[in-house]
Amino acid sequence: MIRLLWAVIALVWAQIAAADTMRLAVTTSFENSGLADVLVPAIKEDLDLDVQLLVVGTGQALRLGQSGDVDAILVHSKTAEIDFVTQGHGSHRREIMYNDFVVIGPVADAASISGASGAEDAFARIAVAQVPFVSRGDNSGTHKAELAIWQRAGIDTNATLEWYQSVGAGMGAALNTAAGLNAYVLSDRASWLNFGNKDGLALLYSGDPALFNQYAFIAVNPSKNAHVRNDLAILLETWLTSTRAADLINAYTINDETLFVFNATPQ
Amino acid sequence: MIEILDGLKEAFRLVLGFDEELLEISLRSLRVTLSALLIASVIAIPLGTYLAVQRFRYRRIVISMINALMGLPPVVVGLVVYIMLSRSGPFGVLNLLFTPTAMIIAQVIIITPVIASIAHQSMRELWAEYHDLLISLNTTKRQRILTLIYDGRRNLLTAALAGFGRAIGEVGAIMIVGGNIDHVTRVLTTAIALETGKGDFALALGLGFVLIGLAIFVNIAIHTLSRTEREGLW
Repeated sequence: MIRLLWAVIALVWAQIAAADTMRLAVTTSFENSGLADVLVPAIKEDLDLDVQLLVVGTGQALRLGQSGDVDAILVHSKTAEIDFVTQGHGSHRREIMYNDFVVIGPVADAASISGASGAEDAFARIAVAQVPFVSRGDNSGTHKAELAIWQRAGIDTNATLEWYQSVGAGMGAALNTAAGLNAYVLSDRASWLNFGNKDGLALLYSGDPALFNQYAFIAVNPSKNAHVRNDLAILLETWLTSTRAADLINAYTINDETLFVFNATPQ
Repeated sequence: MIEILDGLKEAFRLVLGFDEELLEISLRSLRVTLSALLIASVIAIPLGTYLAVQRFRYRRIVISMINALMGLPPVVVGLVVYIMLSRSGPFGVLNLLFTPTAMIIAQVIIITPVIASIAHQSMRELWAEYHDLLISLNTTKRQRILTLIYDGRRNLLTAALAGFGRAIGEVGAIMIVGGNIDHVTRVLTTAIALETGKGDFALALGLGFVLIGLAIFVNIAIHTLSRTEREGLW
């Protein structure tokens, strides 16, 4: 019995040797879309590079890049990204692909946003009808996009609004909360299509160019953090902007719907 | 309600199908938690016993502190360990962030007060019983502590298992310092959080049942190996 226990302990502690690895902070929306499960094995196959994904909100991803805890980031919040690069935390910003945001809400659509003329109009209708709205509230790319739309619609979300629920959570958790509260929520299309608990929710509004969602890749600046694997980050950037990546990204579908459109420009 | 049944089904499917990924994350959960438990026990059991035997000026404050630290919020522990191990933090050069070692460090901090506190409690009672005998035998302090640890081993096992229980189900701290990286730092609890986020409640619950099963298995295994509930009081 004792010998068996030692055998179990030895098995539990057994370590696996690691290949060339780099760390990439990505947004929850990218991971929840399922595209990561397609790209990461392909990268391993083509470059023999293990990409370790840290799935966090854009805010935390930028913070991890700033302290040099990851080698590169793949996020979607243009203003924050440009600030990140101007402050010297990243060497440059490279656009990779885009998808779009969609407004999700209860099937009954009490605010009748499905007939809205634009994203701002849809949000204004939610505010007028005072129906529950779930906000990510976590400083992520989706949250920032949502705040920008509220601002353009002329609604101050800092004021105490009874119907506006800021949950401070990832995309999946926010969708779960919306399902529970029968609330409206802004989501990226990919996370929504891949979401398993659609209970009573439906895609109610999409298509406004204001809902365009650009993903960009930023390698962490090696002059600020000498230890980051900038060589691997550049290798990955080259791969992500290659035709191989373009084919994989454009061909990724869920229920026959294309999720991402590749739009990197070759340098 | 249907979802709980789905979760049970999923748990059976995962376990009976010898799912490779499940085996990997379960073993990692065990490795991280048992390592943390071993380190925390080595610190906490002598500390708890020492506090029972030794009288000193700030003893009461130290004991109150340890009791209070039992309620440490894991997220705060995770954040502090993250800042310490971050590349821009004081221990950044060790390159430990987002590794199982970082998760072990966080768990040691979380469970050491739990084990020390419970160990102290039971050692104090044992010390009341043994006090006169050990003093009259003119034992050294070291001998007293070792005697108490040996004779109180069953109680100390309970203390250690309480620590194990807190560590195996912990998610807040290891999510921050481990990062939930697939094949590197993903463990059962972080995988459950991930699947919940994806809205796949059946798989999340399935993993949850596997986690509970694992905790029960470890407890039974430890009790069997140490032959408790068989003979005498100790």
